[in-house]
Amino acid sequence: MTWLVAVGGGMFALGGLAALVRVVLGPTHLDRVVAADVLTATLVCWLGLRMVTTGDTSLMPVLLALALFAIVGSVSVARFLSRPEDEG
Amino acid sequence: MDVVREVVAVVLVLVAGVMSLAAGVGLLRFPDALQRLHAGAKPQVLGVIAICVAIVVRHPSFPVLALASLIVLFQMLTQPIAAHMVGRAAYRSHVMDPRTLAVDELAEDITRSDAS
Repeated sequence: MTWLVAVGGGMFALGGLAALVRVVLGPTHLDRVVAADVLTATLVCWLGLRMVTTGDTSLMPVLLALALFAIVGSVSVARFLSRPEDEG
Repeated sequence: MDVVREVVAVVLVLVAGVMSLAAGVGLLRFPDALQRLHAGAKPQVLGVIAICVAIVVRHPSFPVLALASLIVLFQMLTQPIAAHMVGRAAYRSHVMDPRTLAVDELAEDITRSDAS
């Protein structure tokens, strides 16, 4: 199971790092929001990998909270961006 | 039986890892917000489902199964809403080029609602 932590964790790390680069680079706020969502999903996947390998499932409620509240950020940013006076 | 369960869990974790990696590459390489949205939706739905199934396969018990089902349910409820809102905001705030679209049904609806 150690190699799974290395391989799977490496893939999640690369995916999360790429999302983080996109959050920093932008260029628009929507790109940042999409990348932040991907970062949250990657975090969920990484916590799941930890649970699969260690057998400690006490973090499942954290995954539930992340799955529930990941929507709030992207929907609020998208809502404010689509107002006509903010176009451009 | 334990070996089978372990192999299934490992394969599912690797599927989620490939999704995550593909989303990262797509986020870096695709040119506009809509295409990045398309790439980013993969780990958000399929990756999370694969990880949750892997957890249940590895530790089969009722509380874990219940929480994993709830996680998958809420993820599949909320992510399409978020993707819809972000896509619509990208279209309405002109951060993407409508000429790159093959089908543009929103434009027809907008012209119709502007005309009436």
